[in-house]
Amino acid sequence: MAEQPTSIDITSLVKRHGDTLAVDHVSLTVQRGEFFSLLGPSGAGKTSVLRMIAGFEAPDEGTICIDGRSMEAVPPNRRPVNLVFQSYALFPHLTVAENVSFGPRMQGVPPGEIVSRVRASLDMVKLTSKEERLPSQLSGGEQQRVALARALVNRPAVLLLDEPLSALDQQLRQEMQVELKAIQERAGCTFVCVTHHQEEALTMSDRVAVMHQGRVLQIGNPQDVYESPTSAFVARFIGVSNELSGIVRRLDGGRAMVQSSELPGEAQMALPDGTTLQEGSAVTLLLRPERLRLSTEAQGRSGEQSLAGSVEKVLYSGSDRRYLVRFGERLVWNVRVPNDESGRNGLQRGDAVHVRWLIADAVVLSE
Amino acid sequence: MKMSVPVGRAPSWWLLGPGLVWMGLLFVVPLCLMFVISFAGRGTYGGMVWSFSLTNYLDLFHPLYARILGQSILLAAGTTLLCLIMGFPLAYYIARAAPNRQGIWLLLVMIPFWTNFLVRTYAWMFILRTEGLLNTVLLKLGVVSSPIELLYSNTAVLIGLVYGYLPFMVLPLYVALERVDRTLVEAAWDLYATRWTVFRRIILPLAKPGVVAGCLLVFIPSLGAFLTPDLLGGARSMMIGNLIQHEFLVARDWPLGAAISCLLMLFVAGMMRWSLRAAKPLVQPEPES
Repeated sequence: MAEQPTSIDITSLVKRHGDTLAVDHVSLTVQRGEFFSLLGPSGAGKTSVLRMIAGFEAPDEGTICIDGRSMEAVPPNRRPVNLVFQSYALFPHLTVAENVSFGPRMQGVPPGEIVSRVRASLDMVKLTSKEERLPSQLSGGEQQRVALARALVNRPAVLLLDEPLSALDQQLRQEMQVELKAIQERAGCTFVCVTHHQEEALTMSDRVAVMHQGRVLQIGNPQDVYESPTSAFVARFIGVSNELSGIVRRLDGGRAMVQSSELPGEAQMALPDGTTLQEGSAVTLLLRPERLRLSTEAQGRSGEQSLAGSVEKVLYSGSDRRYLVRFGERLVWNVRVPNDESGRNGLQRGDAVHVRWLIADAVVLSE
Repeated sequence: MKMSVPVGRAPSWWLLGPGLVWMGLLFVVPLCLMFVISFAGRGTYGGMVWSFSLTNYLDLFHPLYARILGQSILLAAGTTLLCLIMGFPLAYYIARAAPNRQGIWLLLVMIPFWTNFLVRTYAWMFILRTEGLLNTVLLKLGVVSSPIELLYSNTAVLIGLVYGYLPFMVLPLYVALERVDRTLVEAAWDLYATRWTVFRRIILPLAKPGVVAGCLLVFIPSLGAFLTPDLLGGARSMMIGNLIQHEFLVARDWPLGAAISCLLMLFVAGMMRWSLRAAKPLVQPEPES
């Protein structure tokens, strides 16, 4: 088969569950060898998309092509994809080796080759010398490696992962994030991963599709979706986000003067290139907690914007401090200050502070 | 998975008392008596002669008895097989139905127990009789030109036994199948297995304890069945149960009846032993770490 750059091509996919649209006109393409994540809260429709790629569910509308071949009416056992289940779904009555060799055996791979492929695949997930164990004799992390090996041994065009790390504890989860990425690079196949865990998605993925209520809100590399969210939902879902909503009162060069009901006075906003803000339009300003600085002085540097408030709470978490700063009746922002200069962050509850940020760091959403 | 260990002292042994006394006096003692009787001789007028001999057991090799024994085993095996073939898909369907529907289906499976077994067997006599329901329908439809002789045959006994014991197959199968995680089926399907291989390699092995339990629950009682062969089989289709009843009550040969009973129990015990090994659950030791 000729190598094509596109691994998966999904066009306006629709899946209805009763009256609700579980998947609402989702279109996306995944490149060959890419680590692609579908990120969203539960009920976002990401698992439905995954199950439709695997063939367990049939789309109501739209098409799925894998390696340029339409998957319409192709059952799961004839698709060049393998799924790593959230619960791993290891066959409890078969040993590790029998679990891993299940796929190749079903495909009629010659016995000699099965042995070497099973060994290679267990090597890849760093799980050897446990071939004769039953799944119940393995730890959770080991079970997951078996599940990965059982899928990878088939050399699928696409490996699908359904919440692959959700059953692991925090430390193992972080180790496996690095490991999964390394395995993907070694195996060289396309990975499509469903997760509700934003850090997991950002760490492992080449690109992320953020889903909400059946729709894809934004597709981009981790930096794009984190730094330049195109909607308040994406900003809120990926990391903590501070928001300020208001109405544009005046436009002045590359600046907009915004009046917010949550604040006394006006806030100045820099406009990114190509925005089409007009006087009177509603906007939302988004700022990441780690992009904010705290200062007791009113005077800032050029290119900075500031808001005056008071410290409401200090949360110490070792590597950094989180300050909750109140500006008005309803507006509280999160400020994260790294714990790098001891003594400098000695702000107390009730202190008056100025929250500063570089105008260029603010994301402006017009509605 | 660990079973929770009850806190406090172990339960007192005399809680076993009532059950042990009941079973000991009324079950174990008569059983031993029967074992002893099976080695005794028969008196001229039906009494017992207390002499030790193996005659009764050797008599069982008589072609007449051997034929009844063989026929009973064949009928019980056939019943088990038919129940398995019909019960498996039924149990699978119920186990995979929506949880709120499963209860209704299980209730339907058990409804026959609400009526006395004797009454239900009489109903089958009405159906299978020469001028019964089945023949009337078949004649009306022109499937047969003259009524078929079904009642008082091995076929009738088989029909009756399958009818009577099907629920005993379905229930343990349902319990076993309901526990089979359905993502395992999806996983096998994803790993290129056809539907048939999914059944053979995944569902069947995982449901094995249920299959063995169901087969035992059908085979053992149908091997010793008395009522069904008596009513539906008549004189032509005698089973071991009828033979034992005949020896004790009609022929008044208690020692021979006791010997047949002992043989039947020995056979069933052997079956149990084999099946316990076959149904052994998967070893699940704690994971090492």
